[in-house]
Amino acid sequence: MAEHVIEVTDLAKIYKMGEIEVKALAGVSFTIDRGEIISIMGPSGSGKSTLMNLLGCLDHPTRGSYLLDGEQVSDLRDDQLAMIRNRKVGFVFQNFNLLPRATALANVELPLRYAGITRGRTDKAKSALEAVGLAERVYHKPTELSGGQQQRVAIARALVNDPAIIMADEPTGNLDSRSGKEIMELILRLNKDLGRTVIIVTHDPGVAAQTGRVLRLRDGLLEDA
Amino acid sequence: MNIGQAILEALESLGANKLRSGLTILGIVIGVAAVIAMLAVGAGAQNTITGSISGIGSNLIFVFQGGMSDSVRNPKPLTVNDAEALRDVFAAPDIEAVAPVIQGNAEITYNREATQTQIFGVTPEYATVRSYELIEGELINSEHILGRSSVALIGPDVADALFDRREGVTGETIRIEGQPFRVLGVLAPKGGSSFGSQDNVILLPFSTAQTRLIRRSRERVDVIFIQAVSADAVDRASQQASEILRQRHRITLGEDDFTVFTQQDFVATAQTITNVLTVFLGGIAAISLLVGGIGIMNIMLVSVTERTREIGLRKALGARRRDILIQFLSESSLLSLIGGLIGIGLGWLIAFVVGRIAAASGTDLNPAVGLDAILLATIFSTAVGLFFGLYPANRAASLEPVEALRYE
Repeated sequence: MAEHVIEVTDLAKIYKMGEIEVKALAGVSFTIDRGEIISIMGPSGSGKSTLMNLLGCLDHPTRGSYLLDGEQVSDLRDDQLAMIRNRKVGFVFQNFNLLPRATALANVELPLRYAGITRGRTDKAKSALEAVGLAERVYHKPTELSGGQQQRVAIARALVNDPAIIMADEPTGNLDSRSGKEIMELILRLNKDLGRTVIIVTHDPGVAAQTGRVLRLRDGLLEDA
Repeated sequence: MNIGQAILEALESLGANKLRSGLTILGIVIGVAAVIAMLAVGAGAQNTITGSISGIGSNLIFVFQGGMSDSVRNPKPLTVNDAEALRDVFAAPDIEAVAPVIQGNAEITYNREATQTQIFGVTPEYATVRSYELIEGELINSEHILGRSSVALIGPDVADALFDRREGVTGETIRIEGQPFRVLGVLAPKGGSSFGSQDNVILLPFSTAQTRLIRRSRERVDVIFIQAVSADAVDRASQQASEILRQRHRITLGEDDFTVFTQQDFVATAQTITNVLTVFLGGIAAISLLVGGIGIMNIMLVSVTERTREIGLRKALGARRRDILIQFLSESSLLSLIGGLIGIGLGWLIAFVVGRIAAASGTDLNPAVGLDAILLATIFSTAVGLFFGLYPANRAASLEPVEALRYE
């Protein structure tokens, strides 16, 4: 297996608005090692979200190459990208993005459903919830959980398919400082104890300081650290 | 993601918006109920009409004077001799019985009771050919014909009007156009037919009617009823009858100056008419089903917009285009399928009520909800759901995950 879980070369995303070309991402190159925890920072408009979308396989780059877990994903079709997202990427969003009518368990099961896994699905989802300390709240709905607990469900959902990377987009942005701290601790523990590769997009220097490395973006380009 | 799960999830999400789902389903319910009820009433009408035609007799052929078009010049009338010629077993082996008839209207009186009715001058074969049966008394026989007897068989309606009873009236004397006739018997009720009542009639010996009540020149008759030997022989019998009559009327070329109609012809004509009626009613009902379908499309579009973020999330978690498509299509087809099932029940109920109302107002109409109608409605309503769900589902499936996740 490759040492680098992510290998990005001259990755760019250019939007055409009429005649004007907007370079959201002007061509960046970097690598991320397996088991690393890094944060991506930058002011708004720096291309931070664009980079996250590309790394999370939610969008197609205009040019450049992107090797994720040894697979070239920069020129895959939509459905193939969906499969890559399902198997290799776990998302944690700022606003949790849980299905409000489904139980914590059903929410965590969702990626397994799309993976076509039926056998052992419930057990897998339960052990993921256990790993984030929510073994007692398996059948609660998101509305019955606190913000911190909801984010834990989201993290369990990100973990359940055993992905190559976990993409966290401002994971503490919607939480009070105490829950935020707990969530960061959880994420750091996942990285340290389970060896997960974690990428956190944030504008909070406090969060970034806890990660091993910081990628700073400005005007669609990487600033030298 | 398999279909069973998709259906469960669809049920869950429809259940989350009960009022909205219920109202959407109502549109389909009304559409399907209308289609089922209309088809049932149409089928009922058809059964009633064809039933009444079959009630006239069995394997019947009717011969009328005059051609099908106006271009026939100097049409020769049908005569008693024509009827005699049709009895020829060698020229017409498929003809079982021939019954020439003359008909008219007359006023019947008994004491102070009076009624207006149709009178028929008939031969003894007539009762067999038209399958008339008796409540009491006896049928007209050849002696009555030869003796020009003043006897009459009266229909049950006539008996009701004159005597207020149907039995114990044989032997009474009634007056037809003032002339006295002895009641020979009472006919058993047959119900209405497409040619007016078969119960409000009086049958008289042919010769008596011809000489005393219905004056016709030169042995003329109005209709000749022919009974074929069997159902299979009806077409051959009608051809033999035509040939004999063409010969007798000296028609070698050109059009006939008479018209031969079989019972099946009447049934076929009636069926064509009721089919058109059914298609027409069903078509109108189908429009309401279409409107219901548009309702589904409308709600599904709203639902897709509302759940844009959810769709984005599902895509981020690895849902393919197909998964999203199935999710929304199963919701829309479930809406229409549930609507269809309830609609079938309601339509059946409406048809039943229509039948009851018809029965209460004296019309014999039994709406029949056929299996074909149920099948048609189920398939059609599900197809409506699929068709009108396709556009919203496709819209959902085509959402870009990045855009959908960002949607507020």
